[in-house]
Order: sequence, then C-alpha cells, then structure tokens
Amino acid sequence: MTQSPEVNPQFELPSNLSLLETVLVKFLADEVGKTGCEKVVVGLSGGVDSALSAALAARALGPENVLGILMPYKLSSKESLSDAAALATATGIETRTIEISEQIDAYFSQFPEADVMRRGNKMARERMTILYDHSARQGGLVLGTSNKTELLLGYGTLHGDMASAINPIGDLYKTQVWKLSRALGVPDSIIDKAPSADLTPGQTDEDDLGFSYAEVDRLLYAMVDQRYARDELLQAGFAADFVDKVARRVQRSQFKRRLPVIAKISARTIDRDFRYARDWGL
Amino acid sequence: MADRFTVALAQVSPRLADVETNLETYAEQIREASGLGADLLVFPELSLTGYHLKDDVSEVATRLDGPIARKLREMSKGTAFVAGLVEESPDFQFYNSAVWFEDGEISHVHRKVYLPTYGMFDENRYFARGRRIVAHEAAVARVATLVCEDFWHPSTSYLAALDGALALVCPSSSPAQGMAEDEDCDKNARTWELFTRATAQVYGLFVFYANRVGFEDGVGFWGGSEIVGPDGEVLVKAPYYEAAMVCAEVDLAAARRRRIVAPVLRDEDLDLTARELDRILRGRQ
Repeated sequence: MTQSPEVNPQFELPSNLSLLETVLVKFLADEVGKTGCEKVVVGLSGGVDSALSAALAARALGPENVLGILMPYKLSSKESLSDAAALATATGIETRTIEISEQIDAYFSQFPEADVMRRGNKMARERMTILYDHSARQGGLVLGTSNKTELLLGYGTLHGDMASAINPIGDLYKTQVWKLSRALGVPDSIIDKAPSADLTPGQTDEDDLGFSYAEVDRLLYAMVDQRYARDELLQAGFAADFVDKVARRVQRSQFKRRLPVIAKISARTIDRDFRYARDWGL
Repeated sequence: MADRFTVALAQVSPRLADVETNLETYAEQIREASGLGADLLVFPELSLTGYHLKDDVSEVATRLDGPIARKLREMSKGTAFVAGLVEESPDFQFYNSAVWFEDGEISHVHRKVYLPTYGMFDENRYFARGRRIVAHEAAVARVATLVCEDFWHPSTSYLAALDGALALVCPSSSPAQGMAEDEDCDKNARTWELFTRATAQVYGLFVFYANRVGFEDGVGFWGGSEIVGPDGEVLVKAPYYEAAMVCAEVDLAAARRRRIVAPVLRDEDLDLTARELDRILRGRQ
C-alpha cells in the first residue's frame, strides 16, 4: 500500500548538493576550529551516514585529521568491514579496528536472557565509550552520524550512536544523505545496500520501521519542515495510520533529543533560565 | 552631502561574546576600508558581540558614554562607520543597535524595532525594542538605518523613503536556511535579494546591505553583502558564506535618474495612507 503520495512535487525534498557541500564543509571547519581541536573521531559502521560524516570531515579538516574507528561485534556483517575499508580508501582517512565482542559477551554472560534491543543498545554505548576515549587520546571531537530522519523517529540509541560533539548531517533526511553521499564519492556499495543497524544478520531499518525512508522522508518533510497539519496531510494523500504512527514516534522520542529533565529549585536553572550558546566562550 | 562617495561593507565573522577580539577586527577592517578610499564602512548587525548572546547580552553591552564607545569614536576619525552592537541605555535597557560613528563622534543611533521572536530567533526575550524609523543626515547623504528584520517590514522602508532617505543602510545577521535546487545560495539569501533589489527600485534609492558570515551553534550566516543601486542593479556583491570586504562608488545622480523614470515617491499619497491607516486602526480598536 502506498502510504505517502509519490508524485506530488510539493513533498519532494530539495537537494542542492553543491550548496549542501559548501555549507556543511564550512560548518565543520568553523565549529571544529573554534574548539581548538584539529581532529575528529568517527565510528564507521559501514553504513552511509557515518560514511558521509567522515567524507565531509575529510574535506573540511583534511583526511589526516579524521580517524575512523571500526568496532565490529562478532555477528557484524563482513561487508560492513569491507565497506568501511573502501570508504577509507576513497577519502584517504586513517582507520583502525577495535573488536567489541569480548566485553559485550562478558557483560551478557550475566544476563543471557537479554533481547536484541538490549544487546544492540549496549553495543552502541560500548562503541560510544571507545569513541570518547579516542577523543581524549587524540584530542579530537566525536563526530555525529545521526541523520534527521532517525533523530526525529528516535531510531537510535540515546548516549550510544546518538552521542557526539558535532554533527554535520543531523539536518539532512536519509534520502538527502544518499544523494549527497553519491555526489561526494562515497563508494556505491555503501550507498546502494539496504540500511541496517547490523544487529542481526539480514536485518534492515525499513523492515524494523515498517515503512521506507522515501515514504517517511516525504511525510516528515511535510510535517516538520513545511508544517502541514494532520488534516492537510490526509487531504494530500498520506494514509491516516501512517501519519499517526509517525507523529507518535516523533513525540515519544522527544526525550532523546533533549537534556535530562532537571527539577527546578533555584531562580536560575540550567537550560531553563541559565541560557548560553553551546559555543559560549569559543 | 556629496554627490559621489565610496561605501564599503565589512562581511566579517565575529567571535561570540568577545568584544575585545571583535574590536581588533573592527580596527583591521577600518584600516582596509580606508585603504580602499571608503567614505563609509558598514558592519553587520551585532558584529561587535556575535549574535546568539542569550544571557550574555548584559555582559557585552556597550554604554554610549563608556570606554568601548570611546574607542570606537576614536577609530572613526579617518573613516566613518556603522557599528552593530548591544547598546545599554542609561536606564539599563539593552538594545540591538546600529550606531553611526563619524569623525570621532556618535552621529546617530538606530535601535532595532522589529525583534524576531519566532523559529530560531529569540530577540524579544533579550532586547528592548526601538521605537523609531527616521532618516538622518549622514556625512555622505541622507540615509535611514534598518537592522535586519526591520527591513522585512515594508512599512520601515516606506517611512524611510518618505522621510527623504537616499540610501537604506542595513546591517544584518541573517542565517542560511532553506534550500532550493540549482541556486548558488540558500533560500533565505535569495528572498533577501528580492527584497533589497525590489525596495531599491520601488523607491529609487540605494541599499547598503552588510551581512555577516561564520557559524554559531551550527547556524551559518550567508554573507552575500551587497550595494544595490536605485534601478535594482547590484553595484557590488560579496561572496556567500565567506568573509570579505567589498566596496563601490555610489553616485546619487542614479537616484535622481531613477526618480525621473519612476516617480513613485512623488505620486505617493500620504494623506490617503494616513486616512486609511487611521480607519484600519480605529477598526481594530
């Protein structure tokens, strides 16, 4: 069933690739430079999001200032590793591989009943701690790899793959990520494969989510960027249950996009009435 | 007032909440503009302080009788300039102001009237609102100053033109946002360019638009500063997204010619406008 109208140009996501490249490369050079760091550290999953972040950083900072870390678990697909290697060749960045199987297995030997979600979250957070350790080791910022689609849907692990210091692709929908990746020379094998969190063999994001990125990007673009109301979306041809399901996901994952809730006691509470730019003092 | 003069625009990337560093940038830019023979240099909105100041507004504010303003006055003894800063008034209000420094003195202050407080903007939370749109006699010409969002309200350029301005001076901190296919700039930049050029043509005046560049908290500013002539022609244009200084000679005779060709201002019926405004106001009460 078609859940979102395909032919209405109104809902086509704009993708001015040369403009995106210009702005995102300048963004990285400016915002990383201000912190006094020259380097970034990025976890390479073999997927397109981390590939694009790394490719942008290589352009902005020079490939010698980007360290890509592959952190496979024993069940991770072998293609993920070869794809990440192909990206390193294409961009000229340095990579290293750090296996996480031992520490993950040691932990879950105490909790053998843990389901795929718990295991996946644990792996994502394990990888995060490795990236932040290398951030300290290298004096480099952890580069974000979450796109706008997954940030809005909450399709990511809080304090895991969602954790970073700076994210060049967080305002790009997945379909825009694909297009820009192609333009920047990310290897086709990375762009063309079905997106997957690579938690279990054969798993794909689109099966997990129950809709395609092409469909949900059109809906999110209309709903979030263009501020179409529910009845306007239905009138435009989006299926009601699809709209409701996605709207609920966005709402329920709001906590993942914010700091923890702080109980207000004082006259000046952090992030409520103590307000400064994140770039404060940089 | 001269018939011909040279205007420079300083498309800078200020450092957030660091007035001392930004003052150094001002000094360098003034030297450069002076080398180019500029009679007037326009700095972007809040370029002495950075834009996303939030709770730092009071920390970086400048008293016009204080030491920072004294330095700025000193710096204006060669080339006149328009500074973008947080002005602290004697009654402790904070304004997003464009301040004219000419020949060692403060010759005019425009306090931003329309403080955007929607979308990514939160200015009304931090700033007091200006209450006046007026033209004033600058050394170069009779001009009116409109800070960024002021320009988006057609009433401001209308008032300025009727008040005799031959140029609109617009310091800006305009963010890059929105995307269109096959453009070399973002959507916001393109919209601004429609406004500056249409306004110049409608009223037969010059527009000196000085926008900043750089990033704050992920927000990029698009630059693209420009001097637009009275027939909508762009006399000079700075690049998008990178720091630059541009400068052009302005010949007021072009405004004269435009107003002969398209005498919109001559035909403007102020009484009608006043009557209709009065009617609309009464209807709203």
